[in-house]
Amino acid sequence: MQNGASLNSVLDKRQGISFLNDQKVRAVAYQIAALCTVGFLGYYLFSNTVANLQKQAIATGFGFLGKQASFEIGESLIHYSAADTYIRALLVGVLNTLKVAFVGIVLTVILGTFLGIARLSTNWLVAKLAAVYIEVMQDIPILLQLFFWYSFFYDILPAPREAIEPVAGVFMSNRGFAFAVPEPHLAHACMAAAAVAGCFAAYILHRWARKRQEKTGQVFPVFACSLGIIIGLPFAVWLIAGAPHKMSVPELSGFNFQGGLNVSPEFGALLLGLVLYTAAFVAEIVRAGIQAIGKGQTEAAMAIGLKPGQILNLVILPQALRVIIPPLTSQMLNLTKNSSLAVAIGFPDFVSVASTTINQTGQAIEGISLIMLVYLCFSLLTSLFMNWYNKKMALVER
Amino acid sequence: MSDETLKKGINRSDDNKMIEITGMHKWFGDLHVLDDIHLTVYKGERIVICGPSGSGKSTLIRCINRLEELQKGKIVVDGIELTSNLKNVEKIREEVGMVFQHFNLFPHLSILENLTLGPIWVRKIPKRDAEEMAMMYLKKVHIEDQAKKYPGQLSGGQQQRVAIARSLCMKPKIMLFDEPTSALDPEMVKEVLDVMVNLAEEGMTMIVVSHEMGFAKSVAHRVMFMDFGRIVEENTPQEFFNSPQHDRTKLFLSQILN
Amino acid sequence: MVTVSKESNQRDGSRAPVITTGVWQWLRSNLFNSVFNSAVTILVCLFLYKIIPPFVEWAFIDSLWFSTADQCRAGQGACWSIIPANLRFIIFGFYPYELHWRPTVAMIILIGLLFYSKNRNHWNRSLGAIWIAGLFIMGILMRGGLFGLTPVESDQWGGLPLTLMLSVFGMVAAYPLGILLALGRRSKMPAIKTICILYIELIRGVPLISLLFMSAVLFPLFLPTGLTVNKIIRAQAAIILFTAAYIAEVVRGGLQAISRGQYEAAESLGLNYVQKMRLVVLPQALKIVIPPTVGILISAFKDTSLVVIIALYDILKTTRSVLGNPSWMGFSPEAYIFLALIYFVCCYAMSNYSRRLEKELHS
Repeated sequence: MQNGASLNSVLDKRQGISFLNDQKVRAVAYQIAALCTVGFLGYYLFSNTVANLQKQAIATGFGFLGKQASFEIGESLIHYSAADTYIRALLVGVLNTLKVAFVGIVLTVILGTFLGIARLSTNWLVAKLAAVYIEVMQDIPILLQLFFWYSFFYDILPAPREAIEPVAGVFMSNRGFAFAVPEPHLAHACMAAAAVAGCFAAYILHRWARKRQEKTGQVFPVFACSLGIIIGLPFAVWLIAGAPHKMSVPELSGFNFQGGLNVSPEFGALLLGLVLYTAAFVAEIVRAGIQAIGKGQTEAAMAIGLKPGQILNLVILPQALRVIIPPLTSQMLNLTKNSSLAVAIGFPDFVSVASTTINQTGQAIEGISLIMLVYLCFSLLTSLFMNWYNKKMALVER
Repeated sequence: MSDETLKKGINRSDDNKMIEITGMHKWFGDLHVLDDIHLTVYKGERIVICGPSGSGKSTLIRCINRLEELQKGKIVVDGIELTSNLKNVEKIREEVGMVFQHFNLFPHLSILENLTLGPIWVRKIPKRDAEEMAMMYLKKVHIEDQAKKYPGQLSGGQQQRVAIARSLCMKPKIMLFDEPTSALDPEMVKEVLDVMVNLAEEGMTMIVVSHEMGFAKSVAHRVMFMDFGRIVEENTPQEFFNSPQHDRTKLFLSQILN
Repeated sequence: MVTVSKESNQRDGSRAPVITTGVWQWLRSNLFNSVFNSAVTILVCLFLYKIIPPFVEWAFIDSLWFSTADQCRAGQGACWSIIPANLRFIIFGFYPYELHWRPTVAMIILIGLLFYSKNRNHWNRSLGAIWIAGLFIMGILMRGGLFGLTPVESDQWGGLPLTLMLSVFGMVAAYPLGILLALGRRSKMPAIKTICILYIELIRGVPLISLLFMSAVLFPLFLPTGLTVNKIIRAQAAIILFTAAYIAEVVRGGLQAISRGQYEAAESLGLNYVQKMRLVVLPQALKIVIPPTVGILISAFKDTSLVVIIALYDILKTTRSVLGNPSWMGFSPEAYIFLALIYFVCCYAMSNYSRRLEKELHS
């Protein structure tokens, strides 16, 4: 192509065709024009902004980050008070966003996978209910759902004094959820260590079983044993420690519950809305992934004599995951971006805190740039992961 | 090997029956897709089934390894009756190999892994032994140099030969072929048919659904013509091609052979 | 050996051994076809039994439909009366009461345009002209000032017309912009390609709400001192910029799906770039990606609800204002369920259409 183009331009020049018709010259000209337009537009916007900022006496620069924030934040994973700096407040916001994203993603994947499989069930009732759920939840805006759940907490649930207790130890009221949780105990750290050790042991077991199968052909029930070890070891530690079972039970004191694990109505509504909404999209992705594997694959596997469980594990799932993971990652990113709507229901995520900061300092440009920067980082990380995953898993073709 | 030696006598006694189908019927909704099928296949026999599309020939052989379920009648494979008893179905599937029109190789596994999947996970053979056996079958179908490649990198003819080798690794007693060359470009049909002729020379019991009449003439013990779910005509290749009895058979043959 | 089967051209009448599909048989094969499924069916029925009767009681039996707020409070059921009592405000926002016929006619025109476009036989050049004319008429109806219609400032527009207009105008304006971006992204000229990639990735990486904040707070700073642009127009601009990036990605997929042979055939005929794209490539590419494009329209429709956060009076905000009224406070579930129904009906119609269209285009 390269040689063809230069040959053409040589011919053109020989025939005296004008300079401007040369392909390469044209390309350069267009690009210069585009860059000039963009540059001019940028300059125009910039100079307007500078003039306006001066006129309204708004400060510029990121110096405000070191100043005192002077506003409270409803919930935080780290220690924070109004005397802390803006940058600490923003950090609290980021951590809150990550908290919602992390818990939300885990719950969404579980619920979405369950719904996707239910949609393919041979039981008509289950399949239809799943289909109705998926269709309805996809068609109602996420913000409306968030408002609904928020009003559910505040308008429908009663005051803590008359809290609903659907299960022993779980209290639902308009101050949120309160769960009974085990009281912190030394044994817990040991149990966590035992669980990690159990994971290692399961990994080693897996490798040993695979080598054994390669050598002798016998199959070892790795999955069942691994599960047993990962659950059994911490359980044994718990027994050895004397089976400590003192619970921190939420108790009504004054106007709210003390003790136990408290989930604020804002966090609860945000989580509920995000998970229920995104799970509908994940369900469709899972369903499409499973259905994408042609019938022929199942038939070929059956014809060889593989059992249904083996067919699923060795033939269907590896191929289905390739189809499912990329759009699933997009949905996870969508969930993170949608968590920015927390500002509408008062949960102090990053956008919410940044918004308060903007209101107080008046420095909108810096504030909005920070918001965009943080979310661009999330998107970039997700893209990198997806590219890496796609390269690793791409089916080898001609 | 000449045609005559190839078709040495088949022992047609009761204890040499490989497949016995009696009174089989199947419906897809209202469509009567298999209509009163009676078929007995003896050890070492090779049957070619032909007929227009929709005649039920694929459905017939897919019932033998229970990819489709019959609704009326009885199928007995090597003494085991084919019912909804899962244990019977699994045993039968270990002994019956199937080659599909669209190959259905597993794209996420290498050629070698495609072949060893069944032996390792169903017959519980150690990996080294399974790989040795797989290489032997790959050599047999003349494709051993592609063992580490993936299905997406092979041509249609190569993929189908791999598919045949994959079925053979399970050491089946019967091989079913569902239009094995229909999806191939013409220049690749011969390489697959050659492999099938080799199998025939080794005495494998085969049922082949195909339009390859040359193959039928030289390899088959019996040729069957199916139409509208019924076996319309069944005969030795010589009689079948030279003096077809039925009008429908004559019509079909004139369409195919021209 | 010769075996010849009976000569019979007609089926000999043996019926399929399937029991005639009665209710009992259907239940057996769909709900109770295995032990596991039977158990699940029973559990699900129990669950439904616990939930549905109380809900029906709340929503229909004890509910009040046309009462006052006080009567509602005295009752136990759903207070659907909140809707009829405030319907005009929810649907039209602050638009002058006596002029409500104008947004109504505008919405009817829009729905008429949408229904007209549904029919694939109408997809020709005049469709674009009809849309432009229709949108123009809608704009005049809403804005007034011409043909003797009293002017109504755009900051008084609200409710359902605002929601519809933000989505439809947004989509209509974003579509050509998205196509240009997609073409630019596939361009071989590095400067143009980079500009387009930067734009697309930047916009797709940030949440819509940050762009809406930008429109509310930053756009006034970008404009020359003294020039003010209405908040609705700024929000509309943000929605257009946002949607264009997503359309660009979808169109890019369509362009990639067109085989190289098409490009080469067009070039070998002597068509220049613009002709090649306009006459050969884009018609095919855009047709391929109609289903995901409708998906973007559905998302745009849902996303207009976000303008609540910058205090624009779309249908979500008008509803929340009604709920803020002391006499109707506390009846949020009823109001939100009503809104959800409106959104659901519109979005379901659109996604149904998209699915049907996809089936038609595939066959």
